[in-house]
Amino acid sequence: MTAPRTLYDKIWDDHVVHTSEDGTCLLYIDRHLVHEVTSPQAFEGLRMAGRKVRAPEKTIAVPDHNVPTTEGRDTHIDNEESRIQVEALDKNAKDFGINYYPVSDIRQGIVHIVGPEQGWTLPGMTVVCGDSHTATHGAFGALAHGIGTSEVEHVLATQTLIQKKSMNMKVEITGKLRPGVTAKDITLSVIGATGTAGGTGYVIEYCGEAIRDLSMEGRMTVCNMAIEGGARAGLIAPDEKTFAYVTGRPHAPKGEQLDAAIAYWKTLFTDEGAHFDKVVVLKGEEIEPVVTWGTSPEDVLGISGVVPHPESFTGGKIEAARRSLDYMGLEPGTPLKDIKIDAVFIGSCTNGRIEDLRAAAEVLKGKKIAPGVRGMVVPGSGLVRAQAEAEGLAQIFLDAGFEWRLAGCSMCLAMNPDQLAPGERCAATSNRNFEGRQGRGGRTHLLSPGMAAAAAVTGYLTDVRELMAETV
Amino acid sequence: MDKFTTLTGIAAPMPLVNIDTDMIIPKQFLKTIQRSGLGKNLFDEMRFNQDGSEIADFVLNQPAYRSAEIIIAGDNFGCGSSREHAPWALLDFGIRCVISTSFADIFFNNCFKNGILPIRLSEEQVGILMEDARKGANARMTVDLAAQTVTSSDGQVFSFEVDAFKKHCLLNGLDDIGLSLEKVSSIDAFEQTAGTKRPWV
Repeated sequence: MTAPRTLYDKIWDDHVVHTSEDGTCLLYIDRHLVHEVTSPQAFEGLRMAGRKVRAPEKTIAVPDHNVPTTEGRDTHIDNEESRIQVEALDKNAKDFGINYYPVSDIRQGIVHIVGPEQGWTLPGMTVVCGDSHTATHGAFGALAHGIGTSEVEHVLATQTLIQKKSMNMKVEITGKLRPGVTAKDITLSVIGATGTAGGTGYVIEYCGEAIRDLSMEGRMTVCNMAIEGGARAGLIAPDEKTFAYVTGRPHAPKGEQLDAAIAYWKTLFTDEGAHFDKVVVLKGEEIEPVVTWGTSPEDVLGISGVVPHPESFTGGKIEAARRSLDYMGLEPGTPLKDIKIDAVFIGSCTNGRIEDLRAAAEVLKGKKIAPGVRGMVVPGSGLVRAQAEAEGLAQIFLDAGFEWRLAGCSMCLAMNPDQLAPGERCAATSNRNFEGRQGRGGRTHLLSPGMAAAAAVTGYLTDVRELMAETV
Repeated sequence: MDKFTTLTGIAAPMPLVNIDTDMIIPKQFLKTIQRSGLGKNLFDEMRFNQDGSEIADFVLNQPAYRSAEIIIAGDNFGCGSSREHAPWALLDFGIRCVISTSFADIFFNNCFKNGILPIRLSEEQVGILMEDARKGANARMTVDLAAQTVTSSDGQVFSFEVDAFKKHCLLNGLDDIGLSLEKVSSIDAFEQTAGTKRPWV
């Protein structure tokens, strides 16, 4: 009889290739996702050492971070440095024989949306990518985390990663969410409660009724921001929703292999009595639609709140809050709903999937963007874009006055031409509100797709429930 | 990778908490396909005005700290993106050691791959070193990796913990990939077994 194990323990145990005396492990990697920004130096390292990609069939590349989101990009990218990076990925994918979705392919999109969409991401796998939001794939009960470029090279060469095991942390969301409250509000509320370093050293397992009730896409939104809470990875145990989601996808198992896979996937849960080193419990009913007011994802408040006073914090956070408010151009005591915005960004690996676009379109239907506000919708993949067009969502966005873009990371990190001007204030469905994140001097308020749409309509940060009431 | 053994140098105080990787190296500098040359853009938006002129009161622009090799930082240094450009930029500027109460996980690992030593100390100890660093260029600290100690300019010695494997690699400037490839037979064996147990992977 083995001791009760957590979901993380089980996936870990199934991937240990070698354990050294000091506990350092070589962990096998089932899927390696690659994009253009964090990989060129890794491929160059392989070339210089005369090494090959050990498992090209388990390696998937797609350009997403700095591709333009406007038409014509498959033939020409204006920014020379961006073009060189995308061309380098084209060449590296070809030279090393790895799976590749170029910008001209309708399946191209944000790497963390493409992986699940194409069935590369499956329960029980280890998934890595040179991108911190790899945590997204944890929604499938896959151990997924970001790595640096040296580690990208290591995985390319060896299909393994040198790792020490993290501690186990449980985040339970009990009960039901109230109307207008989404996966984004859950994940931001958790970070608000634990802080951006609250998960450092841990792998989080999200559980509880409110998590079970989420769709796969909602679960991806929750796990996506595990990294913003400092955790190495976020996990959700796979269930019937997971199996239904992966079944039929191009790279998911089929027939007898699918049956065998599901039988294995059903063993992927935390055993009764397994030990967690840290436990956080939030009540689903108490979670409000939230926004961020500062320049750290932990700066979270319910939309009915007011901008806090720096003195209400302790330690180094006092100075950080002062700096944040100065950067954000906000006065303590201002109701969040009085904050006027200039731009709205709907997209990213956090909220660029079809359900996110549906939620935003639901609020926007028959309405217009407030005068002076610029709105941009960037679907997470070419396939999401096509589906949104087929469902009539694209037309709702266009009629409301939004720009309807091609797939990519876009204004989430503003490496491509989609950027805020200094001082511009943006309601964004992305994941980071750091200084300069969406463009030098740009000010970011993180929120859910419905909240972003509501802000677009009124021109101010807005409680989406007020607009929902209008449509009932 | 360069070895890290001992280092005696100027430490720059950066008490701000949550210094993220977008601050360390903003995204417009991630478009390079090389590892070198990022030092001139380290902390770009904190260090330079939009017209490229220096922001005089930023610590690394002050005469006492222009050749700093150590940073004493607030909590949760290096949070945010996985970009290894952050340690590349620090290294290219000349920073070989960062001392804080806590680091973000990916940044912490990335440092060790590039010959930079991140050191975790208690809040009180970081506070003492922060004050020491504020004394300026004459207050040189010493970091000794083999002994696992930091010595302040006035001789106070603090011990720190470091993972044994990471220490070994850093002391000897070892390439991880070469070490892992020595275990290729274990990787082959794992693939055989896993291929039977989980053939769909």
